Amino acid sequence: MTKPEYEWTWKEIPVGNVILEPGNASQYRTGDWKSLKPILNKEVCIHCGLCYIFCPDMAYNLNAEGYFIADLFYCKGCGICAKECPTGAITMVVEEEER
Amino acid sequence: MGRRVGMEVSIAAAEAVKQANVDVISAYPITPQTHIVEHLSELVANGELDAEFFCVESEHSALSVCVGSEATGARSFTCTSAQGLALMSEITYIASALRLPIVMIIANRTLSAPLSIWNDHSDAMSIRDCGWIQFFAENGQEVYDHVFISYRLAEEREVLLPVIINMDGFILSHVIEPFEMIEQEKIDQFLPPYQPLYRLHPDRPITMGAFALPSIFAETKKAQEVAIRSSMPKILEVWKAFGDMTGRYYKPIEAYKAEDADTLLVTMGSFGETASVSVDQMRQEGRSVGLVKIRLWRPFPFEELRQVALKAKNLVVIDRAVSVGMGGPVASEVKAALYGYDSRPSIYNFVAGISGRDVAPSDFIKMVDKAEIEIEEGNKEGYELYGVRE
Repeated sequence: MTKPEYEWTWKEIPVGNVILEPGNASQYRTGDWKSLKPILNKEVCIHCGLCYIFCPDMAYNLNAEGYFIADLFYCKGCGICAKECPTGAITMVVEEEER
Repeated sequence: MGRRVGMEVSIAAAEAVKQANVDVISAYPITPQTHIVEHLSELVANGELDAEFFCVESEHSALSVCVGSEATGARSFTCTSAQGLALMSEITYIASALRLPIVMIIANRTLSAPLSIWNDHSDAMSIRDCGWIQFFAENGQEVYDHVFISYRLAEEREVLLPVIINMDGFILSHVIEPFEMIEQEKIDQFLPPYQPLYRLHPDRPITMGAFALPSIFAETKKAQEVAIRSSMPKILEVWKAFGDMTGRYYKPIEAYKAEDADTLLVTMGSFGETASVSVDQMRQEGRSVGLVKIRLWRPFPFEELRQVALKAKNLVVIDRAVSVGMGGPVASEVKAALYGYDSRPSIYNFVAGISGRDVAPSDFIKMVDKAEIEIEEGNKEGYELYGVRE
């Protein structure tokens, strides 16, 4: 997207509201939806990847150190990762509004 | 000039769909639309029409299939009536917003309850605001002709909107009329293959039917509104091209003996032919009565209506559906068209012929009589369900 959708005029919208750029949903910050965010306790994590597998938004990525970390740009805070984690390494904490 | 044949209107409509060389037909049979689908099914089964015929399990799916096939660039057709239309109503709004040039014939039938298979416009009025271009045909030839007109119009790059052809169930769908069939070469010239602006294809992935946030939804609706409102010049252009080809010229508003008439009947659909008989009769008696027939329902032809209606003293608007709690939907539009003008005619609204009850020429005369008296006596809110036993 060349500019955010809230700047588009009605004349700029493609006929039928088609999206001509494949995969541009990746630009949508679904992370805005959450009230809880996952915090990983690396002491307990066994690198099993269940959080990565169960995450419905594919927000988890493997980092260079071998940990699966939630990308908060996409994470909606559903808590499925914390529920599925076999060692209890993930805790959902209230995300404070950033000021 | 084309071949002149006697044919049932539904069969002629199906023949037109064949001549329009559609790629996909998806429909679920329902009275009184059934003969159209049955005949198309035969044409495909016999190899006379090279198209995919989808036997779906409901009207919701019938139109959903058309949305999918049209999105790939396939010329698609469906048709329905009453409860079937109610079931597909969700998808009607989607087809227009996605700007997919599907053509649908509605054999107009009463919406339940009570259950009724007979004709009125309550089904068409239930999806009045769905964003399709909507025609009301007065006779079978108009239905046949408008299949070609509708595809040509719908597929224009500047239009790209789905089109509904309304035809009165039974009154038109099941009668045999003389038809002038158009030669295939002429149709092929008038209606070239569909060239979609965007289509679903693996080589160039696009998304259709995505969601829109409140921050952009209003902009999408404005684009859609402007598209249908500005389709009017194209509608006139396509009608002109069709007239040049066949000699049958169509207009958004058809006036009959309306010049200098004090009182004008206003009708939509097959009422027009019957009402013109009553106008002839009243003219013979020296009465100053004419007729205005609305052929184009959406986009509503405000300007064209005003040109003929503002000259009259009285309008007698005859609806074939009732918006329960409001009155006649056509009368409502006519009033909206004229409200801004100081010298506007008085309007009396009848709802007549619902659920297929016969409305004879004598009934139109009775309605004119009643309206003229009521208006004379100062009734400004004239509205009634005609012929109801008290």
